[in-house]
Amino acid sequence: MRLPRRAATATAAALTALALLLTGCSASSGSAATVSGASAGKASPGKPLIVFAAASLQGSFDALAKSFQKANPEYPVAPIRYDGSQALATQIVGGASVDVIAFADQQSLGPVTKAGLAGKDTSFASNTLRIAVPPGNPKGIRDLSDLTRPGLKVVICAPQVPCGTATQTLLSNAGVQLTPASEETNVTSVVTRVENGEADAGLVYATDVAASGGKLDGITPAGAGKVVNSYPIAVANKAPSPKAAHAFVSFVLSSAGQRILARFGFGKP
Amino acid sequence: MTLPRGLYVAALVALAFLVLPVVGLVTRAHWSTLWSDLFAPASLTALWLSLWTAACATIVCLVLGLPLAVVIARSTTRLAGVLRTIVLIPLVLPPMVGGLALLSLLGRVGLLGKPIFQFSGFSLPYTSAAVVVAQAFVALPFLVITVEGTLRTSGIGHEQIASTLGAGRWRVLGTVTIPLIAPGIAAGTALCFARALGEFGATALFAGNAPGVTQTMPLAIYTAFNGVGITQDSAVALSLLLLVSAAVIVGGLRAWREDAVR
Repeated sequence: MRLPRRAATATAAALTALALLLTGCSASSGSAATVSGASAGKASPGKPLIVFAAASLQGSFDALAKSFQKANPEYPVAPIRYDGSQALATQIVGGASVDVIAFADQQSLGPVTKAGLAGKDTSFASNTLRIAVPPGNPKGIRDLSDLTRPGLKVVICAPQVPCGTATQTLLSNAGVQLTPASEETNVTSVVTRVENGEADAGLVYATDVAASGGKLDGITPAGAGKVVNSYPIAVANKAPSPKAAHAFVSFVLSSAGQRILARFGFGKP
Repeated sequence: MTLPRGLYVAALVALAFLVLPVVGLVTRAHWSTLWSDLFAPASLTALWLSLWTAACATIVCLVLGLPLAVVIARSTTRLAGVLRTIVLIPLVLPPMVGGLALLSLLGRVGLLGKPIFQFSGFSLPYTSAAVVVAQAFVALPFLVITVEGTLRTSGIGHEQIASTLGAGRWRVLGTVTIPLIAPGIAAGTALCFARALGEFGATALFAGNAPGVTQTMPLAIYTAFNGVGITQDSAVALSLLLLVSAAVIVGGLRAWREDAVR
């Protein structure tokens, strides 16, 4: 009795896999058909614009997309995909469909440009680092050297990601050797840990402190002005909606777009 | 006994489904730098941390999970149903959410963690112990469900005879029940260890990501993957290392289990 049962399970598993494959295929071709059908039928809005943006752009890019949408109702914008720049770069190189790429540093755009997937990029904003602490700064932190105090839980970005690269430069410029409690793979996780009270301090972007709505206090460490992250934006070479993509990039670079970015704490490019 | 031919085809599809992605991964490896990536001190630190935390988590699961499995297998149908649903919670939760749940309970501002921190100044997150806790939380269902299933199919006939012959409860458990279900325990242990070794989400949230302390292989892989260029190649190398170690250990446990059956 054992074999047939085992065999039945195997068949069920194989059939489920097949079913998954098949439904996946048919679903995507089906939706593609409706989209092309709709655009052929009447001059309805085309495919929504796909924007991949660095985690630190959350908030500002939602606001940018909203204003852009208002000014250009003919170009719908899909919900923006936020993640660490490198994670996004990996997805794009891996074949993800994207129109506009906005990253937290030049370096992480490298692999995308090298793969011939991104057009010429323009710097659209800049950001510096601040020490984020809970409101009222209960531990009395004043500068980077205070972060090495024993018993203090400090969280930073992993050296592999843009905010981490900047953190390493800032720390080594100041000659501070820090043993972090954790090295996060994106700046949002650092923010969350300090906001939740699971960390005493973290190194984050100035914009993160500005966006926290009072849940974080920021301390500008000495030498922060010398470590500036420049944010590049580019239209993807295989953009499904290139027209909308160029319009969006122009909007980000326009004075209206720059005003929105400044409101979220970004510096001039 | 011969099986229907169609079955082999379906089984082959299933196997291909499991193996081909791994083949894809291998083709991404850069053989020229593979050795230096594999034996870089950072990779070995992460591997060692992964192995000992997963071993600890497996022991925790055995100590906590075996009694639970026995209790579930020997309870009334309704109670067993409820208990089994509870055991499945970590399987249903996305691991990230599991990590968040652990943080909400044991974190520095958590339900239990806050009084503990205020009283003793100790907090669990960011320690290797937190890694073990996160791994045990997600791996426990694998042990309990496997052992419980074996117990249920083995029935209670032998135990009843043993106790009518005068054996006490502990003696029945130790000399009849446990040896009977040894293969199930071995299989559950292997599954549990494999799950603990591959654990990522709960660890990332609850324990954090500090090299040498909480950065296990899956976290090291994810961190490396978030980097540019060279570090992405080492992510692939690390994945292969994790895959091979897991295969060796789980395969070893399974061999031991087959010995137990004989």
